[in-house]
Amino acid sequence: MSEPIAGAPNGEPLSSDRPPAPSPEEAIRPDGRWLAQVEAASGVKAGACYGCKKCSNGCPLSFAMDLHPYQVVRYLQLGQMDKLEGSSTVWICASCQTCLTRCPNQVDLPRLMDWLKEELVRRGQAAPEEKVRLFHQLFLKGVAKRGRVFEGELMAGYMLKTGGAFGPEAIKNARLGLTMLKKGRMKLLPERNKDRRWLKALFREPKGGSHA
Amino acid sequence: MPEVSYYPGCSLEATAKDYAESVEGVCEALDIELRELPDWNCCGASAAHSLDHRAALNLGARNLALAAQGPSPLVVPCALCYNRLASARHELLEGDDLVIDEIKALGGGYAGVEVVELNDYLSSPEVTALAKQRATDLDLSGLKAVCYYGCQGQRPPAVTGKADYENPQGLDRLLGALGVTVMDWPFKTDCCGASHSVPRPDLVFTLVAKLYKRALDQGANCIVTGCQMCQANLDMYQEEIAKQMGKQVYLPVLYFTEVMGLALGIDETPKWLKRHLVSPKGLLEKAQLPRQTWERL
Repeated sequence: MSEPIAGAPNGEPLSSDRPPAPSPEEAIRPDGRWLAQVEAASGVKAGACYGCKKCSNGCPLSFAMDLHPYQVVRYLQLGQMDKLEGSSTVWICASCQTCLTRCPNQVDLPRLMDWLKEELVRRGQAAPEEKVRLFHQLFLKGVAKRGRVFEGELMAGYMLKTGGAFGPEAIKNARLGLTMLKKGRMKLLPERNKDRRWLKALFREPKGGSHA
Repeated sequence: MPEVSYYPGCSLEATAKDYAESVEGVCEALDIELRELPDWNCCGASAAHSLDHRAALNLGARNLALAAQGPSPLVVPCALCYNRLASARHELLEGDDLVIDEIKALGGGYAGVEVVELNDYLSSPEVTALAKQRATDLDLSGLKAVCYYGCQGQRPPAVTGKADYENPQGLDRLLGALGVTVMDWPFKTDCCGASHSVPRPDLVFTLVAKLYKRALDQGANCIVTGCQMCQANLDMYQEEIAKQMGKQVYLPVLYFTEVMGLALGIDETPKWLKRHLVSPKGLLEKAQLPRQTWERL
């Protein structure tokens, strides 16, 4: 054990146990071509990030992320898209906008997270937070159908697909549903737009891809 | 009688029916006429901006195009809807290349619509003065409230145009003027986890537990909010979250419009409060409010 070094930020001894240096295979090989493409497609100046980590210190959900928000930006700068494919971070982000608000270079991280989600779904990538993706997709499906959200159908559909309609979870969910119904906070019939032609045009299945 | 365009949003038709009714009741009492956008559509919420940027922009653009034909400003009670509409407007100022022809045909004008969050509209100096003038002499000082604004109404300031986004004051001032004991606290705009309550309730429980703890430490006996998503997340799972915290938590989560209803002496107020999962009965009784405000809760 080494002696504490005077002036160490938290007063704790600095450990001499450093993680081993990465092997040549593990070491990052920067690929600068990606950044320009991502910036053009997302409209976010990811290259402006100088790594102050203010985004990540203020992020209310970083405790549940496998990569801190600044790491997502850094991997994009280095062209390491594969590092982001299996990461939970973009799906855990709740778009609370704290990071963008405090970023000294106004890097729009929430927009970047959204762009990445869309890109990963387009690539047919399985999301590490499958349930978050599913909930968003079912929500959007309802909007595409009626122009408005029908919360009852959304919840029922979600529970059927995730198993929440069966087993011990089902009892809890049913009890909450009944309470909401009793309190007059659940509608049994959906509202919909009178004009729905625009919905058809907006949510038309694009060639080669598909919406939920 | 001021007339404004009104976008209620999907939640106010169901989960947030209490909010919808209280908004209507309070605006009627203050002679503010809400003109609901004809055939408005969903703002797209988190789902659209997460998975389909083009859809998110178009859903916002259609509502703005409808609003461009009505009175100004467009007032929005739900913080998330407000954020989506204001973001769409912000983006449309740059151009409308992604907007589909069917929506452009509504006549455009969407980028010029002024989008205002309801709690800002109702906490303006003019409306606050009017509310104070029309308020009964009910003593609300037994309500020790922390105001919870949530995130979507405030940030990012480039979109919301707000100056006090880290420490908003509108609701604090409004409730203070009506005689509520308003407690300061540092979590006014912290995130509640929003729609994660369905796929990742554990995250919402962690965030909300922090809010409860701080509100209690501050000496509050209720939380007052202007966001239906925050209200749902703080009201619906309180028993379960308290159990996880290993703590007694009794913090009714009131809409600021419900508190205005009490102050203005609106008879329907108990009907709105009855829809909450955490019953405000004990709170109102202890705050020594008249029996008719809580006896049937």
